[in-house]
Amino acid sequence: MELTRPRVGLFVTCLVDLFRPSVGFATVKLLEEAGCVVEVPESQTCCGQPAFNSGDRKDTADIARAVIKAFSPYDYVVAPSGSCAGMIKAHYPELFAKDSPDRAAADALSEKTYELVSFLVRVMKQEKVAARFDGSATYHDSCSGLRELGVKAEPRKLLRTVEGLDLVEMEDAEVCCGFGGTFCVKYPDISNVMVAKKTKKIAATGADLLLAGDLGCLMNMAGKLKREGSALKARHVAEILAGDTATPPIAEAE
Amino acid sequence: MEAKTAEFTSNVARAIADSQLQGTMTETGPRFIEKRAKARAGLPEFDALRDQARDIKDHVLAHLDLYLERYEAKVAESGGHVHWAETAEEARAAILSICRKLDAKLATKGKSMISEEIGLNQALEAAGITPVETDLGEYLIQLRNEPPSHIIAPAVHLTRDQIEADFRKAHTHLDPNRDLTEIPTLVEEARTVLRQKYLDADVGITGANFLIAETGTSIIVTNEGNGDLTQTLPKAHIVIASIEKIVPTLEDATTILRVLARSATGQDFSNYTTFSTGPRRPEDPDGPLEYHVVILDNGRSNVLGTEFQDMLRCIRCGACLNHCPVYQAVGGHAYGWVYPGPIGSVVTPALIGIEKAKHLPNASTFCGRCEEVCPMRIPLPRLLRHWREKEFEKHLTPAAVRSGLSVWAYFAKRPKLYQFGTRIAARLLNVMSGRKGRFASLPLAQGWTRYRDMPAPQGKTFQAMWKERRHG
Repeated sequence: MELTRPRVGLFVTCLVDLFRPSVGFATVKLLEEAGCVVEVPESQTCCGQPAFNSGDRKDTADIARAVIKAFSPYDYVVAPSGSCAGMIKAHYPELFAKDSPDRAAADALSEKTYELVSFLVRVMKQEKVAARFDGSATYHDSCSGLRELGVKAEPRKLLRTVEGLDLVEMEDAEVCCGFGGTFCVKYPDISNVMVAKKTKKIAATGADLLLAGDLGCLMNMAGKLKREGSALKARHVAEILAGDTATPPIAEAE
Repeated sequence: MEAKTAEFTSNVARAIADSQLQGTMTETGPRFIEKRAKARAGLPEFDALRDQARDIKDHVLAHLDLYLERYEAKVAESGGHVHWAETAEEARAAILSICRKLDAKLATKGKSMISEEIGLNQALEAAGITPVETDLGEYLIQLRNEPPSHIIAPAVHLTRDQIEADFRKAHTHLDPNRDLTEIPTLVEEARTVLRQKYLDADVGITGANFLIAETGTSIIVTNEGNGDLTQTLPKAHIVIASIEKIVPTLEDATTILRVLARSATGQDFSNYTTFSTGPRRPEDPDGPLEYHVVILDNGRSNVLGTEFQDMLRCIRCGACLNHCPVYQAVGGHAYGWVYPGPIGSVVTPALIGIEKAKHLPNASTFCGRCEEVCPMRIPLPRLLRHWREKEFEKHLTPAAVRSGLSVWAYFAKRPKLYQFGTRIAARLLNVMSGRKGRFASLPLAQGWTRYRDMPAPQGKTFQAMWKERRHG
């Protein structure tokens, strides 16, 4: 039995590593419960997106090579982020010339890389989770997960199996929250208009909890909600699916 | 047109502070999206048509010289003239020369973005020829001496009240006590004023949505019928179009037409789709006596064969603007030149230089909604990123961003050092937050904390905790 369990390399993401390790542990719990053996390569830092989206191809390629090397031994690579998984899956191959050994390695890694929730549903064929949350929640579709990886139905499918959770859809769930990596600090005025529109739609649902699959977007939206004095809580979808409500919500203390 | 792209940041601040603009954007934005979604849902083969449309244009771009020459020959066969213009200057000169030969005083105009691109109205005025825009939106912005704020809805930024005030100011010959509180009365007034202009005009100038190589035909789509009156009543019809408007056959044009209006206004088809082939023939009851086509390059051929070529597939439907959260936040004028929105941020650097337009490709979250709706499947985020690469290569990226990036990359490539740094940062920021879970203000993160709180780290990094879990 042990031999057939897939070996998953956890790409923890730089934001989860630094800001919210509890998302990483929720991810590990979900993967292990789904029957995976989880390992965390020590040499990982970041997927390279800040360099990639700043037009710095050389540093991006250097970082990508390191990630490819660190994660090549695993059956799958899973990240609790559509953005970082999208970077590896959709963009690593385009960093390298066709027919180069780097390209072949990037293609191979791309092939086996997944965003967490879509991995659980698509690959591990998970139908439900054993978690409970008493309250209503609304789910924001982060752009990369949605448009680069097609993650839409999967988080909703599993969230509907969380006991006590009432899932309410917000208007414009597919519209960007205005985070955009360095965009939010390079063009703070535009980003603010976008996130303010988003928090309005979130609040209009009347939900108690905001969920999403990407910590960057969540930090942006939670930070805005707190600035507006909202009582709404924000969490990564992995925390709720793993039943972790003991950790304080994003941007809140115990 | 003079570019104000370098002042992007202040343009944005002004747009965001403009409550009237914000109001119109909030009202009109969702309407375009709903209409397009409905039109798309009504045509099961929509995505297949997008593939076909993309392939048609890719084929044309690979053989552009061939099709342009074929088109020129066909125009000549039908009695028209093609004028080649490498630059905006040459295009203006060609049009002025045609107008002078006809001793033209008044030129009616159909809606044309190329006319905006080459600053045609200013050139006509300087030569003593009065240009009159006949598309209602274009007419409105002409009265206000403003550039368009949207590719297909040039006056989308205006309120009804503003339009009423502009009409009262411009149409002083009409009864000052007339009622202009309803949109139909405004439209009626514009119609009345413009009707006489069509009859008085010496030349009619239109753009083109397509140039057909096999027949030498130009096609325009309009909803107001103003294009037909503009091009059929005066002595001469001048078409101004850029090189990439060419398609091989009428059938190719109809394939693309099936996605154009649906993507633009959500209509199955525009109200008027007008085909023009040459001047009036002896047996024709009406039509222009002369038919000229000015074909503009203005930097587009430099894009052929580069990583930016896909931008030349654009059919100017405006769907990417309608679906762009950045465009919807700031409106079209903030972009500072002729073409706003995602496609504008891709096209503008190609036409006026990345040095002048360096903000535009950066003002995007890469949310990808533009690419998702583009009928021509232009990979807009990828093209924007390619511009950022050019900026990085040319050292146009701001020094602070560049040095920040290089420090970050130095650490990101050295895992042990990186993890040492993140362990300290996680601990330090956690302590600094006073265990409140967030910061209301944080040095070096003012861009963030000006508008939102910054969540604080939990205190330890995942990597450190994972090690503890394994060894502890």
